[in-house]
Amino acid sequence: MGYPHPIHPKETPLLSEYFGDVAARSYDGWVARGGYVALKQALAMTPEAIVDVVKASGLRGRGGAGFPTGLKWSFMPKDDGKPHYLCCNADESEPGTFKDREILRWTPHALIEGCAIAALAIRAETTYVFIRGEYTEPCTIFEAAVREAYAAGVIGENAMGSGKRIDVVVHRGAGAYICGEETALMNAIEGKRGNPRIKPPFPAVSGLFGQPTTINNVETLAAVPPIIVKGGAWYAGLSLSSPKSTGTKLISVCGHVQRPGTYEITMGLPMQELIFDLCGGMRPGRTLKAVIPGGSSVPIMTPEEVAACATDYEGIAAQGSLLGSGGMIVMDDTTDMVYQIMRLARFYAHESCAQCTNCREGTAWTTRILERILRGQGKMADLDLLLSLADNMTGKTICVLSDSCATPVVSGIAKFRGEFEAYITGARAPAMAEV
Amino acid sequence: MTTESVSVTIDGLSVSVPKGTSIIEAAKHAGVLVPHYCYHPSLPSPAVCRMCLVEIEKFPKLVPACVTPIVEGQVIHVHSPAAIKAREGVLEFLLINHPLDCPVCDQAGECELQDFVFQEGQAASRYGDYPKRYNPVEDFGPDILYVANRCILCTRCVRFMDHVAEEPVLNVSERGDRAYIGIDPSATLDHEWAGNVVDLCPVGSLVSKDFLHKARAWDLDKHASICPGCTQGCNITVDTRDDVVVRLRPRANLEVNRHFICDTGRRDYRWMNRGDRVDAPVVADAAGRRTVAWPAALTHVAETVANASGSVVVLSGGRASVESIGWVLRLVDGANATAAMHVPLGEERAIGAVPNLALRRERAANLAGAEMLGMTADWATAVHAASSAAVVIVLDAELTDDEAAAVARAKSVLHFATVADPRLGASAILPITTMVEEQGVYVNRDGRAQRFLPAKPAPGMAWPAWRIAAEAWALGAEGREAPGTASAAFTALEPFAGLTHRDLGFTGRVVAGAGVSA
Amino acid sequence: MSTHSTEPYRPVFTGETRDRLEALGTKYPTRQALLLPALWAIQEERGWVSPEAITEVAEFLQVTPAYVRGVVTFYTMYHTHPVGRHFIQVCTTSPCNICGAEGVVEAFLEHTGCLDLGATSPDGRFTVIEVECLGACAFVTPVLINDDFIESVTAESVPALLARYP
Repeated sequence: MGYPHPIHPKETPLLSEYFGDVAARSYDGWVARGGYVALKQALAMTPEAIVDVVKASGLRGRGGAGFPTGLKWSFMPKDDGKPHYLCCNADESEPGTFKDREILRWTPHALIEGCAIAALAIRAETTYVFIRGEYTEPCTIFEAAVREAYAAGVIGENAMGSGKRIDVVVHRGAGAYICGEETALMNAIEGKRGNPRIKPPFPAVSGLFGQPTTINNVETLAAVPPIIVKGGAWYAGLSLSSPKSTGTKLISVCGHVQRPGTYEITMGLPMQELIFDLCGGMRPGRTLKAVIPGGSSVPIMTPEEVAACATDYEGIAAQGSLLGSGGMIVMDDTTDMVYQIMRLARFYAHESCAQCTNCREGTAWTTRILERILRGQGKMADLDLLLSLADNMTGKTICVLSDSCATPVVSGIAKFRGEFEAYITGARAPAMAEV
Repeated sequence: MTTESVSVTIDGLSVSVPKGTSIIEAAKHAGVLVPHYCYHPSLPSPAVCRMCLVEIEKFPKLVPACVTPIVEGQVIHVHSPAAIKAREGVLEFLLINHPLDCPVCDQAGECELQDFVFQEGQAASRYGDYPKRYNPVEDFGPDILYVANRCILCTRCVRFMDHVAEEPVLNVSERGDRAYIGIDPSATLDHEWAGNVVDLCPVGSLVSKDFLHKARAWDLDKHASICPGCTQGCNITVDTRDDVVVRLRPRANLEVNRHFICDTGRRDYRWMNRGDRVDAPVVADAAGRRTVAWPAALTHVAETVANASGSVVVLSGGRASVESIGWVLRLVDGANATAAMHVPLGEERAIGAVPNLALRRERAANLAGAEMLGMTADWATAVHAASSAAVVIVLDAELTDDEAAAVARAKSVLHFATVADPRLGASAILPITTMVEEQGVYVNRDGRAQRFLPAKPAPGMAWPAWRIAAEAWALGAEGREAPGTASAAFTALEPFAGLTHRDLGFTGRVVAGAGVSA
Repeated sequence: MSTHSTEPYRPVFTGETRDRLEALGTKYPTRQALLLPALWAIQEERGWVSPEAITEVAEFLQVTPAYVRGVVTFYTMYHTHPVGRHFIQVCTTSPCNICGAEGVVEAFLEHTGCLDLGATSPDGRFTVIEVECLGACAFVTPVLINDDFIESVTAESVPALLARYP
């Protein structure tokens, strides 16, 4: 299968094998495709043994930070007598990222199974799956799968007859990008404004409802069942480049490629192959101008950097950017970089939670300056001002939303300064009307 | 105490503080102010204003001093280039939408935004000519206006109502730079302690209607005092302009009122400015009613007391200091007198989350002090005794018509007065100072003796009541000498023997065990 | 179009809705965790979250109306004003923007009769807003109409699409 395009020979369809396969959504369909074998196996394992397998796999968080998953699980206290919680981050909101959506809507049981295994590993009885409010269809499908899983007895008070309790609760968001930040997500579940919390304390000490909590991304959790079945070493062996980046990664590619969509690659696939083979390259007559490889919060890459880049954590970092969430925005030579950077700044200004001064005011001010430049009313000094504000917005706030707004501005000015200057000098006609 | 202590260096100064202390508090101990807005020692810290970012050597990022506990051996820089630059950035962000309406803002002169911009801000704006964010002024409560345009969203007010008053009627509404402080449309900030949000607001966003445009902060004289309103004994600052009291504000005392006072106490200052005060001694005897100088008045008092053939009654108002009560009782040989303080009763109004802090039922600041000196709160008995007494001393007490009639039946009445009361038929009216015109001590319900300082001059010839009583007492026998200062008058009183006013400091000292008997 | 009514407020949390929320409440250790689900229940029933509804939610969850309002205004999907019968959200964040999303927005405004973003059409049928990233960037332009998630909308396909929402 494959969605929206058939699986490409250069893909490694581990999580995406049944994307597009409607029959895989149902409990019976999932079992027929080998589902819930891993959970059965995990129910017979100790939490430590599960953590060890995941540690051995080298699996790293697929939400953006890339923190080793097994290590994160091992931070959870043992024998503390407190309730533990697992949160599944299905608040996929980073512009350019839409991979978790496909897991939710095509293979919901893979996620349920992954949640159940992770819950066993961290000694949690309850998993809260926080799905962004805009994902109406994925949410409906996932909720139906949860009901089926309860009815089939694979989760519930006696999961697969093991005597262990595994609850999965779907919590629907209501429109806030920042709830993808782990502590903001916990606040949203608790019925609060989605404000990120100060860390420490970290979630493993005091997370959801003040209890030890682990939070993992959808893709991370969906990768767990195959790791349990096939072993950590097998997963760790899936790597084309850096040994620190193992397994497969869903890359959602959008923008100016011929075949945008979600692709599953073995870590380390050359980015050039991803864009030009899997995605079919640029539209006819167009050339590649820029790529934002890991969701809108990471530095913009030039074609030269793309050509030299292995698509994994280390490979992209070597080119000065980040794998992030794996949401890849591809831009061709028709793209107005100044306008798009303004759109991104406007996005962050819209989504700032309003807590930290630097973010609340900085994102809005940055947007205004970019709009001024696009109106043809900018000054050369505005570029230095933007960089100065970006510095004041970086590394100074509770979460990194403020940094995320600064990043495209800084890399945009560094790599496409001429486009900014063209608006300022009048060499290019204004892209926005005067107000 | 066995609290483990931790040593750190802050801006080159070594300081040892208890383990768990935040950097911002540790810096205070070292005498270093870390600029801040959202942090307040009586509120939980959200670390959102980002003003208090400081540098710790070997740390990759600046850290918020308000929520970061110190660790042994850390070398912390509040005034390193990186920390100063960070603050400069925050100040710039705060100013882009802040109206420069300081000339008409009540906070000007005591505004933390002004202060920190003055210290470390940039001289010129880089914001340019964008319009600033605009939101209308909102009426938040009986005495509170919200000027949204000046708000820096530090959220102290929201946290005060949530966590201290425990009446969560405020919120942060919307998000991003559209955010503002919202209030439940069906509610109003009329909580008994709500007025504190005006003091907590570091800028002029929450302002008092009562004080609105009344005075410039730099024209005010500030005087440490004690709220005379109830037995809690909250520490306050009396603000005067041209010797007129214009505002009462809380003064920090972590043992008594933390940083707060109630609205009843806050509002009750107009009596301090009364214009109808008695300003010269008046004696009415066989020779007629006349204004006299103090020696004649004191002689009259001494003789009246000495010649008393029968019982003596002292009726005191609730604001009398321990010095005045003590010396009036000494004058009349208190052991044989019936003495009571008038204690109006009201409803107890607790603040919510601060233990042992409330507007108390007993609306008399010095009830405990009076009781230590031998007075009771049995007003009815004392008033009844007054009707057949040889001498009644009325010490600035407000009397009903019936009570005044009872007092008038006494053989002789000495009225230590702030305002005259013709109903009493007093043989002497002795002008006394109020608690804002004298130095003195109140003892609160927990036995804490706290001094207050004069905030404005006494009218005319008015003296503190203790001085009149002491001087008259000295006339009563050879070798008696009246104390020359309020502190000496205090030291001479048996329950406080050996203590001077200075010993009480600015936050008082516990001088008695149990609190006031209810 | 939902309008301000002069009738007394009818509570939402009765009967089945109340039972459903109470059952959901057993899955959380705090009652306050029901806030987002409760607000969704209100919006599904009434189309928007009115001040009276905020009071009802507050009473139901034993928090104050001010608290609820702070939360409601944080999450952009809750409407604090009445909106059209069909609420249209068009993604215009960068990935969609570079592929022509702004033209789709214009088509929606033109064919719905909405005079401006956020305004409701005179017949009360539609409200159109731009929304930040809907998370379907390969399916330009994704559009949410009420709860229907529609992929790959083009300016040309707008009229036929609107016809499905009388």
